[in-house]
Amino acid sequence: MHGFAFVAPTAQAEVTGLLEEHGSEARLLAGGTDLVVGLRTGAIRPRVVVDLKRVAELRPGLSDAGGRLAISATTPLSRVVRDGRVRQWFPALAEAAATVGSIQIRNRATLAGNICNASPAADTVPALLVYGAEVVIAGRAGERRLPLDRFLLGPRRTALGRDELVTSIELARPGAGTFAAFGRLTRRRGVDLATISVCCSVDAAGVTRFAFGAVAPTPFLVADESGVLADPDADPETKDRVLAELTGLARPISDVRGSREYRQAMLMVVSRRLLRSVVDGRGKG
Amino acid sequence: MSETARVSLTLNGEPRTVEIGAGRTLLDTLRWELDLTGTKECCAAGECGACTVYLDGEAVNSCLVLAAEADGREVTTIEGLGSGGRLSRLQEAFLETGAIQCGFCIPGMVVAADALLRETPRPTLDEVLQGLSGNLCRCGGYTRICAAVLRAAGAADVTG
Ligand SMILES: Cc1cc2nc3c(=O)[nH]c(=O)nc-3n(C[C@H](O)[C@H](O)[C@H](O)COP(=O)(O)OP(=O)(O)OC[C@H]3O[C@@H](n4cnc5c(N)ncnc54)[C@H](O)[C@@H]3O)c2cc1C
Repeated sequence: MHGFAFVAPTAQAEVTGLLEEHGSEARLLAGGTDLVVGLRTGAIRPRVVVDLKRVAELRPGLSDAGGRLAISATTPLSRVVRDGRVRQWFPALAEAAATVGSIQIRNRATLAGNICNASPAADTVPALLVYGAEVVIAGRAGERRLPLDRFLLGPRRTALGRDELVTSIELARPGAGTFAAFGRLTRRRGVDLATISVCCSVDAAGVTRFAFGAVAPTPFLVADESGVLADPDADPETKDRVLAELTGLARPISDVRGSREYRQAMLMVVSRRLLRSVVDGRGKG
Repeated sequence: MSETARVSLTLNGEPRTVEIGAGRTLLDTLRWELDLTGTKECCAAGECGACTVYLDGEAVNSCLVLAAEADGREVTTIEGLGSGGRLSRLQEAFLETGAIQCGFCIPGMVVAADALLRETPRPTLDEVLQGLSGNLCRCGGYTRICAAVLRAAGAADVTG
């Protein structure tokens, strides 16, 4: 690896100060499961690597207040997966986080790192979109918040400014009667990036939401407000027409994990399957 | 700011201090500075698990950890698993089951399996497969590796 300085500040103000001073020459380090790979291959050549794991304000943890759950920026995914509130309130996020890499990866990888890395295939993003996650951002000028869909701008591109970092991700507890599930397609079982990923939710009002991953520059959210998809008795052909319209908004590319056509076709299959399991789960209440 | 880091860690129960380049990984540091070569380097990208060690009690890929991150932390490698010069029950089970072929993946396998058994003392075969999904064996010796883990957990022999 090429030379860089390593700093492990203990206060958030030091982090924003370092970012302001070094700009794109500085890189933040959370779990390092994307960053260290990039350092190793030389894809990223920062002058300074700033470890976030000793920053007092960013201590790992999940906290809930007023029906909102906040997941701090250094919380590893294995902890997110185990958390009772995540499992109960955001089961599709628990499922999605549990698919990331292996246990060794999840013991390091963070949720914030997964979104900041801004991969089109980031597995936690579809679930976070469906649950309406908000990204809490800090910079020299103070704090701001962005809905996740406005935070992600494109492959490897986020709305973070030069001196900004993500401090936590917040989720509002869904209303009673919301059901959701996550599913993905990989080339092999075990450790692999998603060929496509899908999260589906149906709320008490019968609105069905889908978020699709790895089929567009960023994962994206769509909804059926007509109630057709959520209706267990709706005619399957009508449902398929609505689903085809939603999945038709995808713009997949061809790569080692699958062709454009395969991704598009499988998006329909996985979405149909997930929808059925969510609608069935809702039926059983 | 300097490109070297002074790292003090507790390694297999002993305090150790090294001066290393900030870009060195924990894996490199274990093997080249601290002479613990049980931990293997293979893919160097987090895919294969050959470099698995405990960092503060959690199994991680040491190829994806900068040594500087381990300052003040506790690291346990394959060399630290037995006690008093004796192999652990799990290590014995690997031998008894014939789970070791070329042996290169085994230190990482054993640490990952040790972590699995700490969390799930009596795993099902499916849980073993899940727990070891971050560890690859190029010899394809998975059947006996899983059998060894189940044996260490007190399950009946499943190798037939
Ligand atoms: C073997 C392997 C398997 C993998 N499998 C999957 C998988 O199945 N699904 C999947 O989605 N991903 C997978 N990944 C990718 C990776 O593990 C995830 O994207 C992970 O969530 C990244 O988190 P991290 O904490 O390790 O991020 P880091 O590597 O520390 O950081 C990633 C990027 O985000 C920036 N960053 C981190 N934290 C912040 C912050 N708080 N504010 C601003 N910027 C920040 C960093 O500067 C860097 O650019 C895999 C990686 C490996 C090596």
